[in-house]
Amino acid sequence: MTDTTAMSAKELLGFYQEELYEEARQAKKEGKLVCWSASVAPSEFCVAMDVAMIYPETHAAGIGARKGALDVLEVADEKGYNVDTCSYARVNLGYMELLKQEALTGITPEKLEKSPAARIPLPDFVITCNNICNTLLKWYENLAVELNIPCIIIDVPFNHTMPIPQYAKDYIAEQFKEAITQLEEICGKKFDYDKFLKVQEQTQRSVAQWNRIAALSSHKPSPLNGFDLFNYMALIVCARSKDYAEITFKKFADELEENLNKGIFAFKGNEQKRVTWEGIAVWPHLGHTFKGLKNLGNIMTGSAYPGLWNVSYTPGDMSSMAEAYTRIYINTCLDNKVKVLSDVISGGKCDGVIYHQNRSCKLMSFLNVETADILQKENGLPYVSFDGDQTDPRNFSPAQFDTRIQALDEMMKQNKEGVSNE
Amino acid sequence: MSRIETIISELSSISNNPRKAMEDYKKETGKGSVGVMPYYAPEEIIHAAGFLPVGIWGGQKSISKARAYLPPFACSIMQSVMEMQLEGVYDDLEAVLFPVPCDTLKCLSQKWKGTSPVIVFTHPQNRKLEAANKFLAEEYRLVREKLETILNVKITDEALNQSIETYNENRKVMREFTDLAANYPQIIDPKKRHAIIKARFFMEKSKHTAMVKELNSELKSLPVEAFTGKKVVLTGIMAEPNEVLDILKDNGFAVVADDLAQESRLFRNDVPSGTDPLYRLAKWWQEFDGCSLATDAKKSRGPMMMDMVKGSKADAVVVCMMKFCDPEEFDYPIYYRQFEEAGIKSLFIEIDLETTSFEQTKTRVQSFSEML
Ligand code: SF4
Ligand code: SF4
Repeated sequence: MTDTTAMSAKELLGFYQEELYEEARQAKKEGKLVCWSASVAPSEFCVAMDVAMIYPETHAAGIGARKGALDVLEVADEKGYNVDTCSYARVNLGYMELLKQEALTGITPEKLEKSPAARIPLPDFVITCNNICNTLLKWYENLAVELNIPCIIIDVPFNHTMPIPQYAKDYIAEQFKEAITQLEEICGKKFDYDKFLKVQEQTQRSVAQWNRIAALSSHKPSPLNGFDLFNYMALIVCARSKDYAEITFKKFADELEENLNKGIFAFKGNEQKRVTWEGIAVWPHLGHTFKGLKNLGNIMTGSAYPGLWNVSYTPGDMSSMAEAYTRIYINTCLDNKVKVLSDVISGGKCDGVIYHQNRSCKLMSFLNVETADILQKENGLPYVSFDGDQTDPRNFSPAQFDTRIQALDEMMKQNKEGVSNE
Repeated sequence: MSRIETIISELSSISNNPRKAMEDYKKETGKGSVGVMPYYAPEEIIHAAGFLPVGIWGGQKSISKARAYLPPFACSIMQSVMEMQLEGVYDDLEAVLFPVPCDTLKCLSQKWKGTSPVIVFTHPQNRKLEAANKFLAEEYRLVREKLETILNVKITDEALNQSIETYNENRKVMREFTDLAANYPQIIDPKKRHAIIKARFFMEKSKHTAMVKELNSELKSLPVEAFTGKKVVLTGIMAEPNEVLDILKDNGFAVVADDLAQESRLFRNDVPSGTDPLYRLAKWWQEFDGCSLATDAKKSRGPMMMDMVKGSKADAVVVCMMKFCDPEEFDYPIYYRQFEEAGIKSLFIEIDLETTSFEQTKTRVQSFSEML
């Protein structure tokens, strides 16, 4: 076993990400089960059953960030997937197609050979949850049918009225029971309830450390740049039910606290303005978006997106777990969504907001106008939006992005001057 | 005019003029209308309250005001619904029932720009579980409660069960109609077929049933003539505007069956029997299959459509793809592959309610008809 004690958080992040992929490949070799999972589907059940997990959204983001998306998007295109559908789904369905071809012919397709992302094994079953979108239902239906494998569904109904009613939690908790039955069948063994409780507890410890990191961006100046959270997110997605996430996040939070004590901040030089980023990162252009803001003296200290994985609940209590997985802000009414984002903005002591109009993600785009309008009336902060896409590089224009954030920068400056002149 | 022509022309004029239908209803009953957004809302609850459920399906329209509230990649139907909200088209509705089975509708349910109160409810998607029925019955109980408050009426179980029977009768008659229409394409052309079905959205259902019933029996009395054109099944959300249907007709196509969310999907299943009406309505959703909005990890839609093609002796399927509709777009690659494997021909046309130029559709339909 590798000694990880001396590793920095950044090293741990890389190490465990690779480790997770290696575990899945190894499991496949040994004839053990592999599951592909939606990013915020409950991981506790499968981990309690020792199933190796792969998270297609994270994998697709990796392909995007390594500039390998176009090749696999083309495969999805040929299969008839419309370019208007979510690019995570298209990247993954294209990639799955290549894996399937390989499995059927024994020959590795060139595009797969060339793909810059980690190799992943095909799943034996999939698990999905619509707490971030119904697209994940459609996408996973297709995986299940194309590969002729079981699909576990955790349906968390859109919370049009808050607070979340008990009957919704009951429905979700009933599905947890059903998922357990399905898993017992798929795995051919009894569900281990003792281990499940331990996995729940582990998940809570990981989430607690994750929240510890996120809270650090409230310091002014901030020891944390929100873009780092985009990177570390890979582990809250893929390893929150293992100690990998806890160990890495604890290390990172410790490092950041130490920096804070020493007066070392995320922004080298002087952070001038702080922004909230609403939406997913633009993975293929992460560097451009990061630098664009940095060059203007801006740091990102607010993002509601990492909060999707703030699944805190009481271990052993299925109803509480159900609530944690359904209360995600984009699965709730506009009022609540605005409230959550408002807290993110004030928590990060932000001066402005950037909205990502994501061509891939209808759910995270179609309420931006209303959200921005309500929030601006409430907090008076300027905002801009730009057109992008989390993995299809063609749907982002660097020039438009630059113009928009310059405009935001101007408005933030004026706002600040206005305040200091009063 | 023959009786058949009269009935068709009456139904067509209703389907073209929902506003007049609402006004007539008000004159007759003194009661108003409640809007019903797509898809699969329990209209029966509105009917049981004595109000007129009115389907909201947008319309052919150029989009201008809606641009401020929706990016260009929102589906065409919701662009037009948004435009009409902003124009105040729906403001005479007493309330609007708003299901949210896709990501677009979840968002749209939170940004109604008209003045009517909106009642949102969520369909469960893990549909085959008993817990899903319980959840949905509870959602429907709240829908009923909210309607009672807004409309100031009491909606009894008895009235509701009665309305379910009225609707089931309509569904049965509609199934009979679509079967008959397949035999009389010379009389029931694609546009007329659509208008007869669409009129359901703007009429008290027993009235619609009575007219279609009469139409059915008139049709049955006629001899079946040989049809020399091609027979197709339509699939998708809807096949509008009328220009699209006229293009099909002009190229000698008859619609012999459909799998459209606006048409047969609504009446291919009855609401099952039982005593608790809300539970019965919930159970309808559980038994319903073959729609992009009703999650199904087995994806029975393709096989269902293939049965439909066989049963109606169709020559091909016409895919009416609503522009920017991701649920439908996700189903397409799967059933397309299944069609290819089974040797079923299909034509893909885009449904865009904003367009006024149909040249592309014309060319595609033309060359497809030559290929068949
Ligand atoms: S990007 Fe949006 S549509 Fe795609 S999986 Fe994520 S939440 Fe769903
Ligand atoms: S199902 Fe498709 S067409 Fe209908 S509202 Fe949703 S995205 Fe639009």
